Amino acid sequence: MSDAISTIEEFAGREYQYGFTSEIEAVTIPRGLNEEIIRTISAIKQEPEWLLEWRLKAFQHWQTMSEPQWPNVHYEKVDYQDIIYYSAPKPKKQLSSLDEVDPELLATFEKLGISLDEQKRLTNVAVDAVFDSVSVATTFKDKLAEMGIIFCSFSEAVREHPELVREYLGTVVPYSDNYFAALNSAVFSDGSFCYVPKGVRCPMELSTYFRINAKDTGQFERTLLIADEGAYVSYLEGCTAPMRDENQLHAAVVELVALREATIKYSTVQNWYPGDKEGRGGIYNFVTKRGKCDGDNSKITWTQVETGSAITWKYPSCILKGDNSVGEFYSVALTNHKQQADTGTKMIHIGKNTRSTIVAKGISAGNGQNTYRGLVRVNPGAEGARNYSQCDSLLIGDRCGAHTFPYIDVQNPTAQVEHEASTSKIGEDQIFYCNQRGISTEDAVNMIVNGFCKEVFRELPMEFAVEAQKLLGVSLEGSVG
Amino acid sequence: MTLLEIKNLHAAAGEKTILRGINLVINPGEVHAIMGLNGSGKSTLANVLSGKDEYEVTQGEVLYEGEDLLEKSPEERARAGIFMAFQYPVELPGVNNTYFLKAAVNAIRRERGEQELDAYDFMKLVREKLKVLDIDESLLKRDVNTGFSGGEKKRNEIFQMAVLNPRLAILDETDSGLDIDALKAVGSGVTKLRSPERAVLVITHYQRLLNHIEPDFVHIQMDGRIVRSGDRSLALRVEEEGYSWLEEEVRNGLVNA
Repeated sequence: MSDAISTIEEFAGREYQYGFTSEIEAVTIPRGLNEEIIRTISAIKQEPEWLLEWRLKAFQHWQTMSEPQWPNVHYEKVDYQDIIYYSAPKPKKQLSSLDEVDPELLATFEKLGISLDEQKRLTNVAVDAVFDSVSVATTFKDKLAEMGIIFCSFSEAVREHPELVREYLGTVVPYSDNYFAALNSAVFSDGSFCYVPKGVRCPMELSTYFRINAKDTGQFERTLLIADEGAYVSYLEGCTAPMRDENQLHAAVVELVALREATIKYSTVQNWYPGDKEGRGGIYNFVTKRGKCDGDNSKITWTQVETGSAITWKYPSCILKGDNSVGEFYSVALTNHKQQADTGTKMIHIGKNTRSTIVAKGISAGNGQNTYRGLVRVNPGAEGARNYSQCDSLLIGDRCGAHTFPYIDVQNPTAQVEHEASTSKIGEDQIFYCNQRGISTEDAVNMIVNGFCKEVFRELPMEFAVEAQKLLGVSLEGSVG
Repeated sequence: MTLLEIKNLHAAAGEKTILRGINLVINPGEVHAIMGLNGSGKSTLANVLSGKDEYEVTQGEVLYEGEDLLEKSPEERARAGIFMAFQYPVELPGVNNTYFLKAAVNAIRRERGEQELDAYDFMKLVREKLKVLDIDESLLKRDVNTGFSGGEKKRNEIFQMAVLNPRLAILDETDSGLDIDALKAVGSGVTKLRSPERAVLVITHYQRLLNHIEPDFVHIQMDGRIVRSGDRSLALRVEEEGYSWLEEEVRNGLVNA
């Protein structure tokens, strides 16, 4: 077994591949947070008055709140006055095509395997790239515009479609929702916006890559995605960040709105810098993601593969307001070294015959601590609501931990709620069995981890599933004819 | 050429010595059976040969195709053609049986410098073996041993053996926990896989499996040593009279080992 353990450690001990820094001129504002900073951010972005007011209200509210202590994670306190709240690559001039984008920036994307050119066109993926805080290039916009689909940076949406932003901003995650959402609402820099009109099926996977780059720069993304009646959209979010010595705070907010008969699929592969083997550096990922199934027969699916960040605090949730609406949450969270994750979902059943499914897979290796925390709530009016939850934990080695905190709150007697949980360990006997068939220990571990995650991976769009499997160091299962 | 030669093999698990000087020669095409009571070290021998590292070899050597077997890792032994059918086949939830076997076949082929099989050729091979062993194709869609009955697990082992085509197959108490029908199926499967190139080492507590796999040699193992070797009739005598007469002979120093 010593062989097996050393390979597991190697597997758990892989160096972060994306640790590089781009030399790009950056515009930054002074460190710290006060009303003046917020006014400056809003002014730089030439925002309308109502948005500035919203930010200021959020800031005032945030000052009355305190950082949540309940998550099962431990980290040094964040000094919110020691953060730079806005940073953007200095625009040399208005960019109208990729040729005008800083070549160094393009090279950075290249290293991350994100190409903004023909490759994406061929693979049918439109990319809205967020580099630090400002979107620098958007492809496929024209093609989408023909169908009435708006897909642009958040700032652009504020300029071009203020009525949509104003109508939906904060309707799913109010600025007062929680500490980090309030902070984000006060200082958010940029993000993505998408609106799919009535009856339109978005013909391609929309995707955004986030990247934290400038030193000591907090990243406060804000995403707002609206699927109008009968619309369909699948959205992919991928994240990598370069290596840093100091911890970096990331507090994003994602709001999804699905109107009557609309479907939103939101998939995330997150591999931000997790810190080194001793737990130094790494991203603090404190994210609020929530979707509202506002109309009858609407559906929202969250799929996430979380392998990065030093600390993850994240609960992509669904508010099932419309009758017969469906919420789904499929998650793989991997923690190794000293990574800590407290992640899960909330399914709030309000409408009649609403259904939700939760499949959460936690993998712990090294000294990683993995917590599933989930809430299933059935309100008194949610006649006939159904939930199925499955939480599985896989342990690799004997220094890691898995924890499960399922909260169930049922206030309607017709509801059916099921919860299943399991914890397993990659056993010596499993590895020996594979070895005895000629399979190396590394391949055996990959195979077992991959098998463990299968139910989640098959919810991902194909190209993302491949990336996710690569991230877990796993080869694709493809031989079944 | 001799396929396997075990010389004066001693092995221990922790402080406890289990094998105390095993000697055995196996040639290609032969079927050997090792019988013995619980605790006689039969399964330890199988595990030492396949490379499970909870056992430490303290003395002696094992040559496989003329090379030192004991310095090889378990996967190297497997790739060199040693297959063990497990007494307790291990479940791999979420790992598809076909995918698992394909990974195994190609790991072995890579080692031998052969081209890896593509999905088409692999499925062709797999279907052919299923047919030979009269196993239903639904096996291919299931996860490795997951939720299998005892009999299904053992048949899956024999199916893997057929696909991996080993030179030396070690069956570690493959009959344990099987009813008569499953025993027959497993026995006839192994018999179908007999070939002049392949040797089989059957480890069993009872004679009954040997009704379905006709052995060329039968060895009785006691307290970590082979105390008597013979042909099929030795197994039959054990079935009729038990092991006590042999224990008596051992006490009286009449062993032939």
